Amino acid sequence: MAVTAITRASAIPARHRVVARRRVAQGLVVGLLLLATLAAVALLVTILGYVIVKGLPAINLAFFTERPRPFGEVGGGIAPALLGTVILAAASGAIAIPVGIAAAIFVVEYRSGRFAAPVRFAAELIAGLPSIVIGVFVWAFLVRGLVGHFSAIAGAVALAVIMVPIVARTVEEVLRLVPNSLREAALALGAPRWRVILSIVLPTARAGVLTAAILALARSAGETAPLLLTALGNDFLSTDLLRPIGALPLQIYRYALSPYDDWHAKAWGASLVLVVVIGAVGVLVRVVARQRVR
Amino acid sequence: MSVTMRDISTREAPGETERQPHAATDPAPAAAPRAIALRTEKLSAFYGAAQAVGDVDLTFEVGAVTAIIGPSGCGKSTLLRCLNRMHETTPGASATGRVRLGDVDVYAPATDPVEVRSMVGMVFQKPNPFPMMSVYDNVAAGPRLRGSKMSRREMDDLVERNLRRAALWDEVKDKLHRSGAALSGGQQQRLCIARALATDPSVLLMDEPCSALDPIATYKIEELVRELSHEVTIVIVTHNMQQASRVSERTAFMLAADDGIGRLIEFGKTDDLFTLPRDPRTEAYITGRFG
Repeated sequence: MAVTAITRASAIPARHRVVARRRVAQGLVVGLLLLATLAAVALLVTILGYVIVKGLPAINLAFFTERPRPFGEVGGGIAPALLGTVILAAASGAIAIPVGIAAAIFVVEYRSGRFAAPVRFAAELIAGLPSIVIGVFVWAFLVRGLVGHFSAIAGAVALAVIMVPIVARTVEEVLRLVPNSLREAALALGAPRWRVILSIVLPTARAGVLTAAILALARSAGETAPLLLTALGNDFLSTDLLRPIGALPLQIYRYALSPYDDWHAKAWGASLVLVVVIGAVGVLVRVVARQRVR
Repeated sequence: MSVTMRDISTREAPGETERQPHAATDPAPAAAPRAIALRTEKLSAFYGAAQAVGDVDLTFEVGAVTAIIGPSGCGKSTLLRCLNRMHETTPGASATGRVRLGDVDVYAPATDPVEVRSMVGMVFQKPNPFPMMSVYDNVAAGPRLRGSKMSRREMDDLVERNLRRAALWDEVKDKLHRSGAALSGGQQQRLCIARALATDPSVLLMDEPCSALDPIATYKIEELVRELSHEVTIVIVTHNMQQASRVSERTAFMLAADDGIGRLIEFGKTDDLFTLPRDPRTEAYITGRFG
C-alpha cells in the first residue's frame, strides 16, 4: 500500500489536470446538447403557442358549422373545408391504402420475385417527388384531361399518390416484423400462400398496418400545394367527387392571402383546427401502436 | 424455386437392403413387416448452388417413430423439410430425387405442395402458435386456412379431439378463448402439435420439438410422441441422443462430410444403432467423441 502510494504520488498532479479537463469538456458538450434541445422545444412551443393564441379567438361553434362569408359580413366558418378534408381523406385513403398495402405485400412476401427491388425503388422515387410536381401531374392528367375540370377526385388522386409510398414503406417494415415462423407454421398446415398472407401475416401486423394508414392520412391532411391544382377549394358544402371541394389547408391559404384582418384571424383559427386534428391523429397512432406491443 | 426431378426411372424397392444394413434383420419377431408411410430415394437438397443433403435413401414405417440424429449442420432439419416440401419455401432452395408418401410422388410436377403439406404435419423447433389467435382458433387454423366450411359443432369436436390427442385438453379447456401465446412453452408446443394433428396428417414431422423446453415439458412431449405413434407416423429430428433412444424405434444418423454435404451414415433399429453401431463414425458420435 505504502509503496504504491509513493510511486503514484508524482502522477497525481497530471491526473488532476486530466480529470479537470474532462469535466470541462463534459460540461461543455452537455451544455451544447441541452441548448440544442431547448432550441428545438422552444421552436415547437413558440409555433404551437402562437397558433393557439392567434387562433383561439376565431374559434366558436359557428366557425365549425358555417360556410365562409363574403368579406364584410360578420361570422362565417370553415365547414366546407372540414367536410372537404374528411372526404378527401376518405377518398384518397380508399385509393392509396389498398395499393400501398398490396405493394408492401408484394415486396415482402414475394421477395424472391424479380420485381420486388424495382417496386421498392419506384416507391422511394415517388416519396421523393415534390408534392407540387405530383399536383401538376394530376392537373395535367385529370383536371385538363380525363375529368376536364377541378374536382375532389383529382385532389384525392393527388393525395393518394403522396400516400402510397408512405403506406407501402411503413407496411413493409411492419410485415418484416412478423416472425417467419408464423408463415412457416401456416404453410406447413397446408395453407396456400395467399391465405397465409391474408389470414396470418396481415392480422398479426394489423396494428402496424393501421398505424401506417393513419400516418399517411395525417401527412396528406396537411398537403396544400397539390390541392391548389386539383381540388381547388369550394365555399359551398359539397360532397360531389366530380366538383371542386374545400380542404383545411386550402382554406388557410385563401384566408391568409386575403388583405382582411378578419380573414387573417380565421386563417389562424383554421390553422389551429388543422394542428389539433393532426395532433389528435398522432395520439391515435400512439395508442394503436402501443396495442401492437401487448 | 425449380425442383428438378432426377432418377425418375429409379427402380422401386430393390437395393434397399444393401444401403440399410439393419433392414435385413429388421422384421420384428413374429410380426409382419410394416407398411412404408414415407420413402426417400436419392434425396438431395440445395441452398442455391450449395448442397446441404446428399443422396439420402430412407424409409419411414407406418405407425413408427423414426429419429434423425446428427451434429449441427448435418442437414437433418433440411432433410425433414424436404419431406413436406417446406424446404423450397426458403428463397433459392431446391431439392432433387424422390419422396414417396404412400402412393403420392411428392416431387412430381403434378403434385401440389400445398396438398402434400396438409397430409404431412410439421412441428417446429420453437413453439409458434399464432399469437393473435385463441387456443381454440389455433387448433382450428389448419382446416380454416384450407377453406373448411365446418359447422360450429363439428369444429368444436375437432378442436376438443385434437387437444385431447395432444394431451392438452385438461389444461386448457377453461381457457379455450384466451390467447395461445399466454400458455407456457411446453403447453404452446403441445398446442402446435394439436394444430398440426387437426389437419389429420398421415405423417407428423417434428424438428427438434423439445430444444426450447425444460425437462418436464420435454418429458411430456416425449410421452405424447410415443402415444401418437400408434395413430400417425412420426419423424423426429433431435440432437439429443437420449431422446432418440427414448422415443424412437428406428434411428437414422446423418453426418456432414468435409464437403459440407450431409449424408446418411447409418440407419437401423434404435436399439441396434445405439448398442452395436456398424459405422465407426456412428460409434464416435454416440459415444460423444465429436458433435
